[in-house]
Amino acid sequence: MPKVVLEAVVAVIRRKMTSPSGTVRKLLSRLIFACIILGVLAWQAFAAVLPQDRSDAMYHSYQGGGMSIDGPSILLRKKIGNHVSFSANYYVDTISGASIDVLATASPYEEERTENSIGVDYLHNKTLMSLNYTTSSENDFEAESFHFGVSQDFFGDLTTLSLGYSKGNDEVGKTGDDTFLELAERQNYQLGITQVITKNMIMGLSVENISDQGYLNNPYRSVRFLDATSARGYRFETEVYPNTRRSNAAAVTANYYLPYRASVYGEAKVFSDSWGIQANTYKLGYIHTFGEDWIVELRARHYQQDKADFYQDLYNRSAEFNFRARDKEMSTFNNLSLGLSVTYEFQFSATNFFKKSTLNLDFDHVNFDYDDFRNVLVDASTEVVPVGAEPLYQFSANITRLYVSIFY
Amino acid sequence: MKVNQSNSLLSLIAIMVLGLASGCSSTFEPWVKPYERDNLADPIMSMNRNPVSLSYTHHAYQAREGARGAEGGAGGGCGCN
Repeated sequence: MPKVVLEAVVAVIRRKMTSPSGTVRKLLSRLIFACIILGVLAWQAFAAVLPQDRSDAMYHSYQGGGMSIDGPSILLRKKIGNHVSFSANYYVDTISGASIDVLATASPYEEERTENSIGVDYLHNKTLMSLNYTTSSENDFEAESFHFGVSQDFFGDLTTLSLGYSKGNDEVGKTGDDTFLELAERQNYQLGITQVITKNMIMGLSVENISDQGYLNNPYRSVRFLDATSARGYRFETEVYPNTRRSNAAAVTANYYLPYRASVYGEAKVFSDSWGIQANTYKLGYIHTFGEDWIVELRARHYQQDKADFYQDLYNRSAEFNFRARDKEMSTFNNLSLGLSVTYEFQFSATNFFKKSTLNLDFDHVNFDYDDFRNVLVDASTEVVPVGAEPLYQFSANITRLYVSIFY
Repeated sequence: MKVNQSNSLLSLIAIMVLGLASGCSSTFEPWVKPYERDNLADPIMSMNRNPVSLSYTHHAYQAREGARGAEGGAGGGCGCN
């Protein structure tokens, strides 16, 4: 089979070389296509393995920007025989307080979100397939999604190719308005390649296309517009988003093993979508070990984005444009995170059933700086600030994860 | 000029595709042998060493940023986990 494939590819390239009219774009797309086809056809009897059996119990907390969100997350994963591995995840967000978006137009609130997920991984003819089903439930929002993925090591196990597809459906409600019900659906296409470069280095490439259709607004968010008849000089009205969105993201990662059981890693990601948002993310981390039992990680992450085409902090009049947004997540901003993780490995039990256990603490401090989202809450002070000249908003947040992992 | 560029690119593509195609044969010799993958198999080389924490962290950022996707689910690649 490989020889036939090789001849077919060479024939296509030969034909193409005699045709000077082909564009670079066409050639590149054909190259990518050829690589994928070759990769798929090259899925031979190389090693693929089921995920390791483990259980994790985590407490997570996000504090910042007037919000306090915390709760548990429990993961169970267990193999049944040599071909099947089941997983289940239970996750809760308990939300209290209110962000600046809500405080500007409404009152603080409390709510809870519960997410349940079940999955199965199946090893068949050395191909690893996975299927996941997730539901998320809040008093005003219901979502469900399923994911199918396939991955395989090939080329002497130096390359791992992963393909994934997800589909999700949302039901959006609104507290205090029982008649409000809107729908949205989402599809994700994922491609991942991991490549062993040397015995100390791995690189990865991830590409994902996501498309949404339906009600994509947040029903509680508003835009503000100038109104001289109002005491504040402006008023709020419901935001209006387009009902479709298509986005592409691509990330390159690299991990390098240092000579003294430590490693460094880096990630660069680009993002763009049909709403005009463009973003870059850069991550850098260093992992150090102390003896057999301690792992310490230091990391930094920087994110920057340009605003959506229809975003504005202040509109000149009501319904100035067809699409209007003042979500700070749609604005131009950047954030910088600095993080620390500490892992302590210990023997949970002397029995052979438990292989190892770890106690982990992950902590990140994040600073958000907005370039065109203004802090309208300064109106509450005695200082009179002209409309549209309020100080730019900024806030910081702490993200904490404390968890126990048991491997068996 | 454009044709020359296209031809150069085609040559490069031909070399790359032939290189890839050679991987299809059962005689492919990995340049990192299975017994040389101890370092790659170390958990400190995994981007997804703690999946529960990682998926929560992605969620925490994604809820506050416009970007989404390509969270790097490609997995290990050392074939030895």
